[in-house]
Amino acid sequence: MSITEMEFQASSVEGASVQTVEGRSQWQLTWRRLRSDKVAVASMIVIVIMVLLAIFAPAVAALVHHPVDTAYPNTGETAAGNPVGPGTNGFWLGTDDTGRDLMVRILYGARISLFVGIVTTLIATVAGVTVGLMAGYFGGIIDTVLARFTDAVLAFPYVVLALALAVVFGPSLSVIIGVIAFFSWAGIARIVRGQTLSLKEKEYIEAARSLGAGPFRIMFIDILPNLLAPVLVLATLYIPSAVVFEATLSYLGLGIQPPTPSWGNILADAQNFYQVAWWYVVFPAAALLITTLAFNLLGDGIRDAMDPTTERLLASRKGGRRRLRRGPVGGPSAEFPDPDVQVAGGGVI
Amino acid sequence: MTLVRFLIRRIISGIVVLWLVATAAFLLFFARPVATVARQLAGHAATPATIAEVTRNLGLNQPIATQYWHFIDGLLHGNLGYSYFSQEPVTSMIKQDLPPTVSVVVGGVILWLIVGLGVGVISATRARSLFDRVSAIAVLIGLSMPVFVIGEFLLLIVFVPLNQHGFHWIQDQYVGPTQGIGTWAGHMILPWITLATVQAAVYTRLMRGQLLSTLGEDYIRTARAKGLSERRVIFRHGVRAALTPVVSQLGVDVGALLGGVIVVETVFGLGGIGQVSVQAIDTDNLPVVIGFVLLAAAFVVVANIIVDLLYAILDPRVRIS
Repeated sequence: MSITEMEFQASSVEGASVQTVEGRSQWQLTWRRLRSDKVAVASMIVIVIMVLLAIFAPAVAALVHHPVDTAYPNTGETAAGNPVGPGTNGFWLGTDDTGRDLMVRILYGARISLFVGIVTTLIATVAGVTVGLMAGYFGGIIDTVLARFTDAVLAFPYVVLALALAVVFGPSLSVIIGVIAFFSWAGIARIVRGQTLSLKEKEYIEAARSLGAGPFRIMFIDILPNLLAPVLVLATLYIPSAVVFEATLSYLGLGIQPPTPSWGNILADAQNFYQVAWWYVVFPAAALLITTLAFNLLGDGIRDAMDPTTERLLASRKGGRRRLRRGPVGGPSAEFPDPDVQVAGGGVI
Repeated sequence: MTLVRFLIRRIISGIVVLWLVATAAFLLFFARPVATVARQLAGHAATPATIAEVTRNLGLNQPIATQYWHFIDGLLHGNLGYSYFSQEPVTSMIKQDLPPTVSVVVGGVILWLIVGLGVGVISATRARSLFDRVSAIAVLIGLSMPVFVIGEFLLLIVFVPLNQHGFHWIQDQYVGPTQGIGTWAGHMILPWITLATVQAAVYTRLMRGQLLSTLGEDYIRTARAKGLSERRVIFRHGVRAALTPVVSQLGVDVGALLGGVIVVETVFGLGGIGQVSVQAIDTDNLPVVIGFVLLAAAFVVVANIIVDLLYAILDPRVRIS
């Protein structure tokens, strides 16, 4: 664009009727795109409902008058001692093998699953970002050591080691969280390291350094905000894998110990009864699947919203998103900014 | 010559890794109070004298350096120690439990690669088709499902109805191929599908993405312009180049595969190394657990060497160094 063109543009903007052009941050733009993505919005709603159900699990238990660990041998079991089906004797989703309310136990299980998923992801993200930033920024021997260590963690038969750790320290909630976080940070660290390597060569970092900024200020104030987008996407996708990891450990009897319900240990108990009580398998499995699926879909949605140039398979509308975004007629409008331009100018991704 | 040198270096570094894993496992397990094991073995109403005797018999009263020396010395002589409970050598337990595990791994991996790569290739060549969309949904579900949930669902919706209707080919638990290949396959088919589903999902996604970007390269256009058949363009030029990142992902996933095997063996009651090691963990049977951890580590190391070799064969641009 030549200088005269720019001047021409400038004057035409001045001459235009009063039209406020709001500045939008990259986050506002992302939120805008995310809001119009039906699949992502649906996932968000599902997650919010799940979280609310988990928080208010005791209230639900009080509502149906079935405390979580109370067995009902008379109403909750058949004459043969098997679980009763959904809707029988006031048990909405049926009972488990000792005659406890399955719905209440699934809701209490949601507390464990979501707590483990979110807390481990937070720990893994903080650790991964710190390690990745240091490795990428300082380079040299720190980078080599951290990179080798990251490789080792990624390549190790982690379930085997997780099982071993769970048994050495005894199964408990904090051990589970520690084990899962330990095996999750390496992936984030690797991505952050790669991004840091390219970002630290940018001119604005050079400028910050010449202004006298120290390495930690540069890493956490100047580089970190530009990494948040990919980290956020990764973190959203780590939550479901942490939920699955916890369920697997509990299923194998090395995670949450009964009588505390977790989706994993409910399903482990259910396995002996799938021939007589399908609900005992299906409902906890469905809760697990719906939750992990919602987080996975939301993660994909956030990624697309942040980087609209990626091709999206499960687009909520036919005809592709980009054509729609450009507006029905006549180029990019203020309402639908052209995502490509925004990405190029925003520099977040 | 470079190949031999590469192999030697990889084997040496593999041995170092195994030694590190062995030491770490040893320290982890023996850094705990030994009294718990001895007390458990001696029974509930054991006197302190009995507990002391059990401790002595297991060699748990010796200084940790001596125990470590015995442990490493035994390893070098191919002795992984003895089960605390049955006094059976861990090596013979491994030999006995290997067939179900090998059956699960081999069949599962073959199915997983065929389905994962096949669906990925079809999805990429017919991007945005109905097949592509359906497979994308299936991949997402596969990624969101824990292995044991898939296993339990298969038991619930395939195994139970089929057997109720007098169709008894598909079974759970393990039967060796000596009882007839058909019977063996019938017992293994559900474990194979279970193991393959989760892994295949990852590879479908990876293969599709890689192939799509490869097919956008200039040399693919050149190949088409030369008049090569579409099949040849896709397989000889596209898939071959797209396979390299897939193969390197394979090295990373060997560990995950082992985790999957443990769960699959437990779900279907196959016995096998995974299920036995989970039982050993439950009973604090340390020598058995260490033996299986070492076996798993050895498997990962060997698999990674093979993956690196494959990598070099597939992509001539990769120089072995």
